[in-house]
Amino acid sequence: MPKRSDIQTIMVIGSGPIVIGQGCEFDYSGVQACKVLRREGYRVVLVNSNPATIMTDPQFADATYIEPLTPEMCERIIEAEQPDVILPTVGGQTALNLALALHQRGTLEQQGIELIGANLASIQLAEDRQLFKDAMTEIGLKSPPSAVVSTVEDALRVAETLRYPVLVRPSFTLGGSGGGVAYNEADLRTIAERGLMLSPIGQILVDRSLLGWKEYELEVMRDARGNFVVVCTIENLDPMGVHTGDSITVAPAQTLTDKELQRLRDMAKAVLDRVGLATGGANVQFAVNPADGEVYVIEMNPRVSRSSALASKATGFPIAKIAALLAVGFTLDEIPNDITKVTPASFEPSLDYVVVKIPRWNFEKFAGVDRVLGPQMKAVGEVMAIGRTFPEALQKGIRALDIGVMGFGSRLEDAPPESLRLPTAQRLFQVASALYKGMPLQEVAETTGFDPWFVRQMADIIQLQDDIISHIPALPEGERAAALTRDDFLRLKRYGYSDAHIAQLVSANEADVRAYRVMLGVTPSYYRVDTCAAEFEAHTPYLYSTYEEGDESEPTAKPKVMILGGGPNRIGQGIEFDTCCVHACFALKDMGYETIMVNCNPETVSTDYDTADRLYFEPLTAEDVLNIIAVENPDGVVVQFGGQTPLNIAHALHRAGAPIWGTSVETIDLAEDRERFNGLMRELDIPQPDGATALRRDEALRAAERIGYPVLVRPSYVLGGRGMKLAFDRDELAAWLDTQIQWNGHPVLIDQFLDDAFEVDVDALCDGETVTIGGIMQHIEEAGIHSGDSACVLPPYKISLYHIEIIREYTQRIGKALAVKGLFNIQFAIKDEIVYVLEVNPRASRTVPFVSKATGVPLARYAAMIAAGKTLAELDFLDEPRVDGFFVKEAVLPFQKFPGVDARLGPEMRSTGEVMGHASSFGHAFAKAEMAASTTLPLEGAVFISVNDFDKGAVVKIARDLHRLGFTLLATSGTAYWLETVGLPVTTVNKVSEGSPHVVDQIRAGAIQLIINTPRGGRAHADGALIRGAAHLYGVPIITTMSAAMAAVQGIRALKQKPLRVRSLQVHHGQG
Amino acid sequence: MQGCLALEDGRVFAGVGFGAEGVQTGELVFNTSMTGYQEILTDPSYHKQIVTMTVPHVGNTGINPEDVESDRVWVAGFVVRALSPVVSNWRTQGTLDEYLKAQGVIGLSEVATRALVRHIRDRGVMRAAIAHGEAASEPAALVELACQSPDMSGWNLVDDVTCAEAYHWTERSDPQWYRQHRYDPAGPLVVAYDFGIKRNILRLMTDRGLRVTVVPAQTPAVDVLALNPAGVFLSNGPGDPAAVGYAINNVRQLLGKVPVFGICLGHQILGLALGGRTEKMRFGHRGGNQPVRNWLTGAVEISSHNHGFAVMPDSDLSGAEITHINLNDNTVEGLRHVELGAFSVQYHPEASPGPHDSLYLFDEFVNRVKSGETKSKE
Repeated sequence: MPKRSDIQTIMVIGSGPIVIGQGCEFDYSGVQACKVLRREGYRVVLVNSNPATIMTDPQFADATYIEPLTPEMCERIIEAEQPDVILPTVGGQTALNLALALHQRGTLEQQGIELIGANLASIQLAEDRQLFKDAMTEIGLKSPPSAVVSTVEDALRVAETLRYPVLVRPSFTLGGSGGGVAYNEADLRTIAERGLMLSPIGQILVDRSLLGWKEYELEVMRDARGNFVVVCTIENLDPMGVHTGDSITVAPAQTLTDKELQRLRDMAKAVLDRVGLATGGANVQFAVNPADGEVYVIEMNPRVSRSSALASKATGFPIAKIAALLAVGFTLDEIPNDITKVTPASFEPSLDYVVVKIPRWNFEKFAGVDRVLGPQMKAVGEVMAIGRTFPEALQKGIRALDIGVMGFGSRLEDAPPESLRLPTAQRLFQVASALYKGMPLQEVAETTGFDPWFVRQMADIIQLQDDIISHIPALPEGERAAALTRDDFLRLKRYGYSDAHIAQLVSANEADVRAYRVMLGVTPSYYRVDTCAAEFEAHTPYLYSTYEEGDESEPTAKPKVMILGGGPNRIGQGIEFDTCCVHACFALKDMGYETIMVNCNPETVSTDYDTADRLYFEPLTAEDVLNIIAVENPDGVVVQFGGQTPLNIAHALHRAGAPIWGTSVETIDLAEDRERFNGLMRELDIPQPDGATALRRDEALRAAERIGYPVLVRPSYVLGGRGMKLAFDRDELAAWLDTQIQWNGHPVLIDQFLDDAFEVDVDALCDGETVTIGGIMQHIEEAGIHSGDSACVLPPYKISLYHIEIIREYTQRIGKALAVKGLFNIQFAIKDEIVYVLEVNPRASRTVPFVSKATGVPLARYAAMIAAGKTLAELDFLDEPRVDGFFVKEAVLPFQKFPGVDARLGPEMRSTGEVMGHASSFGHAFAKAEMAASTTLPLEGAVFISVNDFDKGAVVKIARDLHRLGFTLLATSGTAYWLETVGLPVTTVNKVSEGSPHVVDQIRAGAIQLIINTPRGGRAHADGALIRGAAHLYGVPIITTMSAAMAAVQGIRALKQKPLRVRSLQVHHGQG
Repeated sequence: MQGCLALEDGRVFAGVGFGAEGVQTGELVFNTSMTGYQEILTDPSYHKQIVTMTVPHVGNTGINPEDVESDRVWVAGFVVRALSPVVSNWRTQGTLDEYLKAQGVIGLSEVATRALVRHIRDRGVMRAAIAHGEAASEPAALVELACQSPDMSGWNLVDDVTCAEAYHWTERSDPQWYRQHRYDPAGPLVVAYDFGIKRNILRLMTDRGLRVTVVPAQTPAVDVLALNPAGVFLSNGPGDPAAVGYAINNVRQLLGKVPVFGICLGHQILGLALGGRTEKMRFGHRGGNQPVRNWLTGAVEISSHNHGFAVMPDSDLSGAEITHINLNDNTVEGLRHVELGAFSVQYHPEASPGPHDSLYLFDEFVNRVKSGETKSKE
């Protein structure tokens, strides 16, 4: 069927901020959809609240709205843009839910808008657990015995008949939010209550737990003619019971016979038929009993998903792109396969390699979180690795995680055998340890629930160490690598061993191992991901390494640049860096370079084979990157866009002779080495907070006395504020030192804490000689909150021109002194009229995409061009851009996913994503940002205030304003007393410790619409944690700093004065 | 133990032998199915072929007594990247290594199979010698042996694989593998020519109520007609269809007298019987992911393939229409001659291994057989 000609304008809904369970895979799918729909001549209107995405770059849509993903805001966009249809299937659960809401409000019908790619009936059928289950029964497919309930009491009754343990899953939530396994009645009460709360329709499904069953996923597509293909089969290493986003997964499925697999294929097709998915991609999950092959259908997602992004990267079959084409009427056979060029998309990819996906968690940032994995996803990112065999792919995946583990068995974590039963982030390493110590394979398989096939493959990896390493003779250091023969190397390499791991095993250094290996001629071949197992020639250079004959890289002789990506997403290093990498790639392409992308994150746009000219899907270790450099021989290697990961290997690359473009390794070192950097600041006469380094406990305590409490302490060499602590007194510092620090030669850094300071972030460009500022952002939260977790506003709204001038001048001085070539970011703090420099990062920062959206200036693009030799003058970018209106960036935090974790903000970054609000006034922009972050500011009702003594002065004005705006004031006794003394009417509410009815009861009862709660000090009340926990659980907006409270008051006032308006970036920047 | 694969053009691939020891020659082909190695091993169409699997891990699910397509392994040799060191599946009853050893078939693991496949893709299928054991240490001799082995073109291999005498088939398929499993009561008789027939074809016909008598390939048409069948089935099989002259003649005599359905070699023989021409393809189609368009409905079927020859679309097919084509390379994949009541497909609707998209062809055959029966009764 030809494409539809009755459509002109298509509205694409994005997935909003990156949250656990909904990551940047939807940026990838959204970008693909926007690109291909525009190529087909449609006008694309995009709405997404997330400024860090690539899809929200104005070049990907005709009208780009960075606005809150609420039905109200969407309606305004619909009014302005008059789309004919909405494509809701590439923006995750958020987009589907929004489409559903627009339907329920009657908007779609009133405006005559059609949904394409999915219909409402099928969304409802797939999402409503009971409807889905009934539908499955109707077509003769089994689902786990279960019941849908709407009350805790019913849940308990059902559990009695199903027998514990039971699995609880709320309806209509993403990433299994609020789900859990209940082993007894008490568990079930807690989990059911939370689940009912989180489900937008107050409904949960209580399932018999299928712990121990094997889990499979089929990624499928169908077109309007009913043509159906299975793009990829995925087998989970972790058995049922662990969310697929938290599972290590393998493609293609390894332990099914053809008959068993075809049965799943037939079932998947039947599920699609029944759910009625008209066109597009879907994923169907199955549980298979390893004892007899019995199959249960678990769920079906009628949209592209995290798994479909993975399947696209794993197979070379771009599901989202094809789904978008199918949605506008094409059929699979009318769409060519990009990779072979000669064959159509109506086929099923055949894989002649193995793909392993490993999740990346950040549990260390969330004290108190339950680290056991279950039905609710907890991972913040993932890596994918491609190898010819499972062992090779597994080992590549492990080193790609960038957690300092260089292979399977390079980190051993001893654990009692029974703890292997518990799925955790450490289990893989515990299994390595168990195998290393000789636990019988069968026992490992039984306790973990891993299929014996995988366990044996893992055991073979360990066995190889024994075979080879234990038989090499003892040699003096420096010669140990030479004990390995060419054959040894080949065997190790074919099992995926990294040089670093081999170095660890033979007690040699990595560079020696590498040099010796290369001398022996053991170097990788690059094979192509071609969708067809080499049956047809691959025209797209999408490559992975393996140690086998027949290199297919076919490097060209063109001028070329390699761009190193950021690796797995994690807190502190997320989609922002991928956006920068992609921009760098486009810029260098436009300059005539062939671009080579290296990355291992399957969720990203950078690993779309459409982005760079050549894609190497490889771990970002020095070894893997140097291997590619040896084959490609690029003119330049760009390390400044992928965050800290590529920067960490810059030294090794430089030493090995790689041509690092842009900011030099020397400059990187100067900025990162604290002593050298302090020296430079003294030289430049730029103030820094007082600080010291300590190698011993007493040194640290003495330094803190000298500097004066509170102090900010952290171990040296940290990322994203990892391990940072704000210590208010000696006891607190001592306790932290005693529990968090092993004194092993790495210093602890102790810095003066600039209490009540304003923080400012600057992103700037320097071509080595000239500096141009891209944007100056003021943090809304005061100092002490990690910059990544703080809301910020561009331009600054409360800083004097005088201070801004000083900031500009310092930025110039630092950029020139460091001779940065490209982007750099400086964090400043202003306290008592003094501007301090806190930190300089000689690379693209987290805020670059935000600044680019706000200013319309493509900073990453310019930085790449500077790296390639352009000057700012040549780029005609010598003046700091003027900003029209206000742009507020708000952080989105994952506390809802981590019940039990104290939701207070601090120096350790914990947000997973961000949103942007823009408007002509600060208040509106802030209100929009809050709305986009799902903490819509209330316009009426009750506000509960409980602040620490330091903030009691400041809170009076806030309380008075809220009172005048019509809010009822509630407060705990201390705060209430204070407010009463200034004559404000306030109702005292019990602290939890004072007994019911207390504040948490009130929150639960819906009697509180806004919470202002400022914790302070290490011994913040348990009460505070309970309040914050309840606020996140019940979705009540909570504000934990005075400055944010003031901003919120401005936002509420603005909302009451004038309704919010929407504006596309194109119109805003005068390109519309 | 040492193993080696030597190609007629002199290229040699090293590997580690498994299964039986010794030397064997055959036509070197590759299959892109990611599952179903046991079905592939036992498919008589692979007679005299050394099969390379593109999927790296093979042997993972072991061997079970159910998933066989005939009573023995037919491949001349089996080449994989990584023989599984362990077996894991609830139906397994043995390992691939033991199985091939017992069947006297040489396996080769640790082979650079992707490089091998690209070689064949670029130069076409070719003869090769596979060796496990001492013989593997003399690759030059193996190359020589490959060169001396017979070429697939012009080679009648049906004689090797067909049954010695006629038999009735009654086994049905296991209902658990089919969503809409058919269990029709036994009805009209169909005679199936065994050119190397796969058991799943027989099961699917039996499921649909056909009584099936399997006859040796050489059975004269008059003998078949004497059984008064309601339909005749032409099976899949190995070798060059043009070399099976007697079969072509027999089919000519049957056409118009009884509904005829052919699969794979059966399709080629029907094409030849209609006056068409077959040609050897460069490297054929072998896999479970091939897109075939059914011109009668417009639908695309993902289908299972195993053929190295094809009916040429420009040859004279006596007015038969081309009903199915392969969307990858436009190969003829299906024929229909309405007046003569014959139809055929080049690919494998019985799958096994492969997707079940084309099962409808068996229903069509049953319908034709039944409607033909009704007509003759009138």
